[in-house]
Amino acid sequence: MAATRRGVHARLAALQKLEPAGSSSSPEPTASGYRGFESGRTLPLRVEFIRQLKRRRTQWTGGFLLALPIIMALAFQLGGSSGSSSGGPALVDLATAGAGNFALFTEFASVGFLLVVIVAMFCGDTIASEASWSSLRYLLSLPVPRARLLRQKLVVALTFSFGVNLLLPGWAYLVGGVFFGWSPARSPFGGSFSYTETLQRMLIVAGYAAIQALLVAALAFLLSVLTDAPLAAVGGATFLVVVSNILDSITALDPYRVVLPTHFQYSWLDALTPVISWDDMIRGTALAVIYAALFFTIAWTRFARKDITS
Amino acid sequence: MVLAVSVLVVLNRSPQVRVSSQFIAGTPEPGGAPVRLDTSLYLPASTPAPAVLLAHGLGATKSSLDGQARDLARNGYVVLTYTARGFGRSGGLIHLDSRTYEVADGSRLLDWLQQRPEVEQRNGKPVFGVAGSSYGGALALMLGAVDHRIEAVAADITWNNLATAVFPNSAGGTASSGSPSTVGVYKKLWVGYLFSVSMPSGVAGTSSPTVPTADPTTGPTAGPTAGPVSSGCGRFAADICRFYQRAGVGTAAEQATVQLDSAALLRDSSPASVLSQMRAPTLLTQGEQDSLFPLSEADANAKQIAAAGAEVQLRWRSGGHDATDAGDNVNGWQRQFFDQKLGRGSTAPAGSDGSFVLAERGAGISATNGRRVNTTLQAKDGYPAVTGQRAPTTSMALSGPSQVVNAPPAGSPAAVTSLPGLGSVLGAASDAGLASTAGLSMLPGQTASFTTVPLTEPTLITGSSSVSLDVAALMPAARSAAHAPGTATLFASLRDVAPDGSSTLPANLVAPLSIPLSGAAQQKVTVALPWVVAQVPAGHRMEVTVSTTDFGYAMPADPRSYRIALDSADSRLSVPSVATRTIRNGTVLWWPVLAGVVLLLCAGYLSWRFRARRRGDRDPELTEVPVAVTDLVKEYADGYRAVDGVSFRVERGQVLGLLGPNGAGKTTTLRVLMGLIMPTAGSVRVFGEEVVPGAAVLAELGAFVEGPGLLPHLSGRENLELYWAASGRPFEAAEFETVLEIAGLGTSLDRRVKTYSHGMQQRLAIAQAMLGLPEVLVLDEPTNGLDPPQIAEMREVLHRYAGTGRTVIVSSHQLAEVEQTCTHLVVMARGRLVAAGSVAEVAGSAADQLVVADAQRALEVLTAAGISARTVPAKRALEDVFLDLVGERID
Repeated sequence: MAATRRGVHARLAALQKLEPAGSSSSPEPTASGYRGFESGRTLPLRVEFIRQLKRRRTQWTGGFLLALPIIMALAFQLGGSSGSSSGGPALVDLATAGAGNFALFTEFASVGFLLVVIVAMFCGDTIASEASWSSLRYLLSLPVPRARLLRQKLVVALTFSFGVNLLLPGWAYLVGGVFFGWSPARSPFGGSFSYTETLQRMLIVAGYAAIQALLVAALAFLLSVLTDAPLAAVGGATFLVVVSNILDSITALDPYRVVLPTHFQYSWLDALTPVISWDDMIRGTALAVIYAALFFTIAWTRFARKDITS
Repeated sequence: MVLAVSVLVVLNRSPQVRVSSQFIAGTPEPGGAPVRLDTSLYLPASTPAPAVLLAHGLGATKSSLDGQARDLARNGYVVLTYTARGFGRSGGLIHLDSRTYEVADGSRLLDWLQQRPEVEQRNGKPVFGVAGSSYGGALALMLGAVDHRIEAVAADITWNNLATAVFPNSAGGTASSGSPSTVGVYKKLWVGYLFSVSMPSGVAGTSSPTVPTADPTTGPTAGPTAGPVSSGCGRFAADICRFYQRAGVGTAAEQATVQLDSAALLRDSSPASVLSQMRAPTLLTQGEQDSLFPLSEADANAKQIAAAGAEVQLRWRSGGHDATDAGDNVNGWQRQFFDQKLGRGSTAPAGSDGSFVLAERGAGISATNGRRVNTTLQAKDGYPAVTGQRAPTTSMALSGPSQVVNAPPAGSPAAVTSLPGLGSVLGAASDAGLASTAGLSMLPGQTASFTTVPLTEPTLITGSSSVSLDVAALMPAARSAAHAPGTATLFASLRDVAPDGSSTLPANLVAPLSIPLSGAAQQKVTVALPWVVAQVPAGHRMEVTVSTTDFGYAMPADPRSYRIALDSADSRLSVPSVATRTIRNGTVLWWPVLAGVVLLLCAGYLSWRFRARRRGDRDPELTEVPVAVTDLVKEYADGYRAVDGVSFRVERGQVLGLLGPNGAGKTTTLRVLMGLIMPTAGSVRVFGEEVVPGAAVLAELGAFVEGPGLLPHLSGRENLELYWAASGRPFEAAEFETVLEIAGLGTSLDRRVKTYSHGMQQRLAIAQAMLGLPEVLVLDEPTNGLDPPQIAEMREVLHRYAGTGRTVIVSSHQLAEVEQTCTHLVVMARGRLVAAGSVAEVAGSAADQLVVADAQRALEVLTAAGISARTVPAKRALEDVFLDLVGERID
């Protein structure tokens, strides 16, 4: 123990003695900044990815998403085909028709809540958890510039969110293929899509779902900046999405429902019609962009001058 | 959101509608018996106003119109609803919208309305509109045609010619006769159904114990008498009853006679007989799911109205007699139409003459529950037959060999396509992809089919496709030519066949064919396939099927066989397909435009806000001063001043102790120093550069303030490495080995931080602060949780660290510790600086010490000499000074 300490003292003693005032070694912001510091190199994406990937919750989420389609497929196999209620959701009836339909149904079943929670978790937890661990103040005093900290964290959180939005249908497609065969997707409108069409439509579906996820992501990210409690950010975003869903189900609100953040959440279903109807997807994309832009702007503005007291 | 809801509630508060019921005299029955009509008058909040007469459907009463009437009245119309003769509490018999009775009743009701002061008069003439659905629709059309007081007619799912609706025949000109057969196929199931729903309960043969035929006080004055009741026709007039009882009974020849006999009667009940007199603009809405009055009836009405020179607008809605559809807003469309034509000044988009709107069923899918929804299409060039433009058609080659189909004896088993009132069930079943419905509608051995090649592009069928067929009767060997059937009864339909072989029958409609045959000779016939709106996707094929049976129709009783082939001269399928555009509820364009604007504004604001990396200004005087705090004030939002005008400097090589009780403002000062909080006034400069969030000079600073900030799921080593990696500085600059030795965690370094004790976390966090051996090291309570040997080590480390010319700031409230560790002191209390300087200076602050033997005596002498003096304990500990400074000497 003592020997170790001597080592420390020896090391410190061996350090070049800093010259007193007026010498050349005094700190000057050189081209490369102080002590080789460059704000553009702080918090590299690789580092943030490792910080997040090593978290148990990331690993559990991944595992759960891989298990979910398998559980669903097993449930369908055990339960047999459901008696079709007249006019019922057509995607359920076709879920076991093949890989494509199973993937579409999995997407339909998870977009409303599961993906919302997962996206809210990735984006709502990212800043607030640093605040709750107190690690946020040390990152900021490194210094990681505040705008850059948000950007790097958002890029990583969005990558995870979009990854989930692509991983789930993609993996469900594989699981569906193994369980129910690889026949091309049957349209709920009768008839089938070709393989190319199936792929194309599924990309549109996943892409649109990802755009809608952007809205949830922006909301959760904003809350994450505003609060120091991860639960408040994730739960708050989920809560607001659920409230929006409930209000959206009140048709009496009709002319005003279109401004609800989740009003166009399921508009990717329009991509399953024989002739794709883009109208609602355009509206939904625009709405998501508007909300996301506003939320992100508030988040950045707020965080830039926020007193970090955690 | 609450605001939006309350606004809605306010908007929806409807104006008061006054309703009164009264009987009005109708046209007397043939015997001269008077007829009273049960009516209700709905008055809007403000009168006079245009008046609308509403007529109900078969088997209903005026009460079925209450909702629509109130809606119109709320929107400023005087509305008169009435129960048609032969129904409910109105008197008289049912003459099926006869010109002489029901239509004349309508004129009498207008006479009555005209006398009312509430009805608006323009140029001395009352303003009247009439609307109705099905039975009421035909009445609206006929009344509008014959009574020219009416200025707008809205007719929904009604007939043009009752004879062709009851005895339809879709076989066009045949090669031999050149004209269509005058005899059609009896729509027995629908006719029977309609007659049964029009019977008063108890008379129709149901087992209802109560027989509410005629209430003596309010009941019909010429109500059901013994005659009609015993005839089994309820309140139907005798001539109608006679037709009903003979139709569909007997041999083919007898049935043909019935059709010919009844032609005049049915014609008298048909708009076709009067539409040439139509002057009023007309809105025709017709159902796409309607096997009773298919779209062809509206087509005929539209053509006749246009020929009469009146304006006509068409709308094909997705429901019909076979199904109701939530997307059909007939009441709303009719109100818009009246707004437009009766001049209530509406902002609703107005249709124009020949405008044509159609619903594409199931073309969309609901975004809320995944169910299929309809889209609404607008024909770009209007309704072809009205605008006079040629209907655009697509021609497709059909292929298929000549096929033999058999008609079973007594027409059983029969294909099932649509059932009265149950069409929606079959439709839903086929929507759900149940193959069984296709099986029901295509019985083996009874069906011939001809298909196209897969479509290269999607095709929207809008109306009746046509195809030419060759039909010949096959003679059983036992029969002679004399016994050959005179007429072939067949059912043609157009299907959508998917690549996987599954087929759907759009709207479950079939076109009945009655083809006159002469012996075994082959007959060429042009078939008008059912009127449908259907989108056939690319890759799908269209299939024309010809079947010998259909459950809904009367069929010959004897077994037959036919040979059916495509017309050898022209085996093409001609599909009408008008150019359409989707009607959007609101435009789409402004959404992306608005999104673009918002995006630009936000991006512009953010780039302005962060236009240059915030760099605090630089004071050249202070570039050699590690830390300079100048007039620092931090006031929190609640008005609490945590730091109030503090100034001090820290020079190189100093170990500065920041001393003060809790709440003195030490931590706030350190947080400003770290760039975590913004000062309200004053500044903190590190080497002359003002500390702002993200200031590059913070790279010269290592800090441990208010406890560790470690990632619990990572090991100690990972924490340090990732923290350093986050700084973006080279790995070598971190001096990991030195720092790890200071931490002294040994093998625990590779365990997760969440397993660490408080002291271990403390040491790791201090090590983290020392990464890169920064110029300024800030440690807040560094010895908390350390054991005495570690504290001693830490003291030594800090001295040596300062010895390298670096600067150390230690904040603490452990006075003895600070006294031993620090070279200089800053004492704070209640946000203010109370003392600063070297430890010796502060400890001996405000006075030099003089050692005397007799303190009391010396004090007296000095006081007498005018020198201020006081006694202090012989050895003044820092603690005494500290208590002195923060306790008593604060102003």
